[in-house]
Amino acid sequence: MIPEIGNLALILAFCVALAQGFLPLAGAHRGRAAWTAFARPASRALALLVGVAFACLTSAFVDNDFSVLYVAQHSNTLLPLPYRIAAVWGGHEGSLLLWMLMLVVWTLAVAQFSRQLPEPMVARVLGVLGLVSAGFLLFILLTSNPFDRLLPAAEQGRDLNPLLQDPGLILHPPMLYMGYVGFSVAFSFAIAALLSGQLDAAWARWSRPWTTAAWVFLTLGIALGSWWAYYELGWGGWWFWDPVENASFMPWLIGTALVHSLAVTEKRGSFKNWTVLLAISAFSLSLLGTFLVRSGVLTSVHAFATDPRRGIFILLFLGTVIGSSLVLFAWRAPKVGLGGRFALLSRESLLLTNNVLLVVACSSVLLGTLYPLLIDALGLGKLSVGPPYFDAVFVPLMLPALFLIGVAPFANWKHARVDEIVRALRWAFIVAAAVGAAAPLLYGRWKPMVALGLLLAAWIVLSALFSVVRRVGATRGGRSFLATLGQQPRSFVGMHVAHLGVAAFVAGVTVVSGYQAEKDVRMEVGDTVGVGGYSFRFNGVREQQGPNYRALVGDFELIAEGRTVRKLFPEKRFYVSSAMPMTEAAIDSGPLGDVYVSLGEPIDKSRPDAAWAVRVYYKPLVDWIWGGCMIMAIGGIIALSDRRYRVRLRSGSTAPSSAGALARHT
Amino acid sequence: MSLRRLLPALLVGVTLLGSSALSAGEARSLAEDEATEQRLVAISSELRCLVCQNESLAGSQAELASDLRREIRTLIRDGRSDREIIDFMVSRYGDFVLYRPPLKATTVLLWFGPGILFVGGVASLVLYLRRRNRALGDSALSADERARASALLDAAGGPGSQPVTQQAPRE
Amino acid sequence: MNRFLWPLIAFIALVVLLAVGLGLNPREVPSPLVGKPAPAFTLPRLDAPAKTFSPQEMLGRVWLLNVWASWCVSCRHEHPVLVDLARQHAVPLVGLNYKEVRGDAAIDADKLSRDEERQQVVERAGAWLARHGNPYTLSVLDIDGRVGIDYGVYGVPETYVIDKAGIIRLKHIGPVTPEIVSGKLLPLIQEISK
Repeated sequence: MIPEIGNLALILAFCVALAQGFLPLAGAHRGRAAWTAFARPASRALALLVGVAFACLTSAFVDNDFSVLYVAQHSNTLLPLPYRIAAVWGGHEGSLLLWMLMLVVWTLAVAQFSRQLPEPMVARVLGVLGLVSAGFLLFILLTSNPFDRLLPAAEQGRDLNPLLQDPGLILHPPMLYMGYVGFSVAFSFAIAALLSGQLDAAWARWSRPWTTAAWVFLTLGIALGSWWAYYELGWGGWWFWDPVENASFMPWLIGTALVHSLAVTEKRGSFKNWTVLLAISAFSLSLLGTFLVRSGVLTSVHAFATDPRRGIFILLFLGTVIGSSLVLFAWRAPKVGLGGRFALLSRESLLLTNNVLLVVACSSVLLGTLYPLLIDALGLGKLSVGPPYFDAVFVPLMLPALFLIGVAPFANWKHARVDEIVRALRWAFIVAAAVGAAAPLLYGRWKPMVALGLLLAAWIVLSALFSVVRRVGATRGGRSFLATLGQQPRSFVGMHVAHLGVAAFVAGVTVVSGYQAEKDVRMEVGDTVGVGGYSFRFNGVREQQGPNYRALVGDFELIAEGRTVRKLFPEKRFYVSSAMPMTEAAIDSGPLGDVYVSLGEPIDKSRPDAAWAVRVYYKPLVDWIWGGCMIMAIGGIIALSDRRYRVRLRSGSTAPSSAGALARHT
Repeated sequence: MSLRRLLPALLVGVTLLGSSALSAGEARSLAEDEATEQRLVAISSELRCLVCQNESLAGSQAELASDLRREIRTLIRDGRSDREIIDFMVSRYGDFVLYRPPLKATTVLLWFGPGILFVGGVASLVLYLRRRNRALGDSALSADERARASALLDAAGGPGSQPVTQQAPRE
Repeated sequence: MNRFLWPLIAFIALVVLLAVGLGLNPREVPSPLVGKPAPAFTLPRLDAPAKTFSPQEMLGRVWLLNVWASWCVSCRHEHPVLVDLARQHAVPLVGLNYKEVRGDAAIDADKLSRDEERQQVVERAGAWLARHGNPYTLSVLDIDGRVGIDYGVYGVPETYVIDKAGIIRLKHIGPVTPEIVSGKLLPLIQEISK
């Protein structure tokens, strides 16, 4: 009964979404207040219906209702409750429903927090979101219904893939989808602005916090996924340039560009077309990611089970949504004004350079990801594009962008002077260069790439520090330094915090790729192995029973300076329902680095109590990678708390600025 | 990581370089020969495992991958060069196994594409900025356009910012 | 032209590419060996392990090399098709029994001596053919999979068409179906048998 309620809720949700799509858009076009007023209640009803559907699927999982095909395929009575709940999004159909849930949550948030916006604008934004929702709901209903029945019901479920039975599954997909889907709000604002012709600084200010919020979620989602892969896959990698990872990284790159170009559009009214195009692109890439993951056109470690019908549907949807947006863009953009004047060297031009670099980097990732498909489609054979290619191409493109992070905050809007920037930053650069040159020596071997990476990290930190000191000094006027610091606009503080996150990230990546150490050894009970200044003593393997698996648990002592620091217990798990053994690494994490041990195979398979193949790693500063992402996200959150997003913006909501008015009348 | 472990961590480099002294009970490396193993890892992380969805030969636990690693080990011991070993793999499985596609007619766009995009992006950026400044400041604008442009400029600052001063473009 | 149309044009190109991509199979890897001489080998025969077979013996004839193993599930699916093909006497079919024992995840082959393994290979492969029918003119034993590597085998079953000059003309990956036989294999065999 409950699955039928869920199914019905989805069908009703589709109808509501259609109404939410067309009625308010038509109302805004014709100027009918009654129609536009429909947008908010409709989005609440939609959220309720999708919420009900999601709850129904969750309850089917909790109750082990194996008469529902999707539940039978992705759960098992032995599966612990938290994983039974997370298993809701452990497969294609349910993860799509999660996607849908995120979309209605964003829609609801826009409906609730948009009181200061003019009514037609709200109607258009919610209308576009309604159309996107309708598309996804149709996709679920036609090709991927999670409520399809399995009759007669299965005795037992097939179980969730053991790789997914991890806290990572509980957190990573919801975060990632919040980010992916969040760009639909920026997209809807862009389309609403194009539809109304009101493409101005006020529009940029309205869509900016939404974009930042989506960017924060995407940053956290990607970082969580990377961390999960690091500890779960058992070979210590944190990024593999897999097509599915690229699919999440490309919207992030464009989203980052968008966050920066929105700043210019809001403050200076420039780059409006460019900003709109980025907003459309960020969401297109989210949709493209969905297509790549779910259509089976590319092979990936993470891909879902594929069905060509799904690929065709998403492609049609992608073509319709993005194609019509780009037609609208091509029609409206020529009439949009240029905005404020600025010199070839100015804050504006530097931010635009950052945008160009990020877009080129994103295009390169897209090129590498789709190139095998292109060659295959042209009948020129098969090839693979993997990490060596992406590292070779991506890193050089990012180096100038990292350098510019330090420069841009010192460039004035409209017109900047090279000599002033050099004067303000020369000491920062000298000290950064010294740090870059010296720091690698701490790790024993001097490597040029490490020196360069650490130079850039130090450069970002120091220039941020200089920028803060300069700003506080200029606005101080007799008050204490800290008090003045506390009164700086949150957007300014947030920007620098996010940049510090980038610095931490760069330092982590640089040091771990330069100095990680790895050993594959065979260990008898009592043997020790040294790595990265630590040693491990192997005390043997014992058996342990998990809720739905049997595990062989290795007992290792981590020894530093002759003393046992702690014990580590890597596992080899054999899940009842699957033949594949799973490796659970044991990691001792710390601010200076991780030591990581994972069990291989017993040397003699019939004697798991004797010698084992063991892999140990030393990963210096590896946690800075994810810590850096956290700091970036915190920077975003601080920027979101800026006063001007909280107060009612009378100037923005009552009078559309003259640039927008102009665009409409030409 | 606690404070008393800071020191060993900082001294890692030293240990990394000289961990040759084997204590009693020091675990033996799985590889019979460290140098072979290092070359194996270097070569096999550039190669794609064929039976897996998308994993390198170095990282894969598939059977074929371990067969191929064994084959590569044999080739290394036979004194073959990295080039020869990679050719050995390509002649059997094709360019598909290479994670770093070779530069040839079909991959020119792949390898030079990012560079072209970069140069093109920066060039069009500079061109755009110049043209933009000319469009905003050129006296050849019609009166109507000039009026529009100045309306734009007034609007651009938004609340709280000063009106834009006419400055000569610095080119 | 309106320069704001470029994003749309690029997007349409992308959609066309993706649409074409939907019809392709990313997991099928074409073999570089097609058009090249079949790699030489000398392997023991299943029917008479003391005797060996090598591809040179087939020079002057068109023949098929089929890679199989008793642990391979898809091989069982294609087997009736091969038995049927053998009945037509259209072409000699040589089986390459691939890693019969050590390819089977259920067996710990490390513990077996070479002789034990070899004995098990012969027993298991022989029993499997006795049960499901033997379409092969003869089968050879690639116990450690070395020859499989030379032939670029990455998924069993695989089937190679080799011409009179000993050149590989076609490699089919995955189970052979009646459609593949009538649509691909037989026409090619007829053409190169002239």
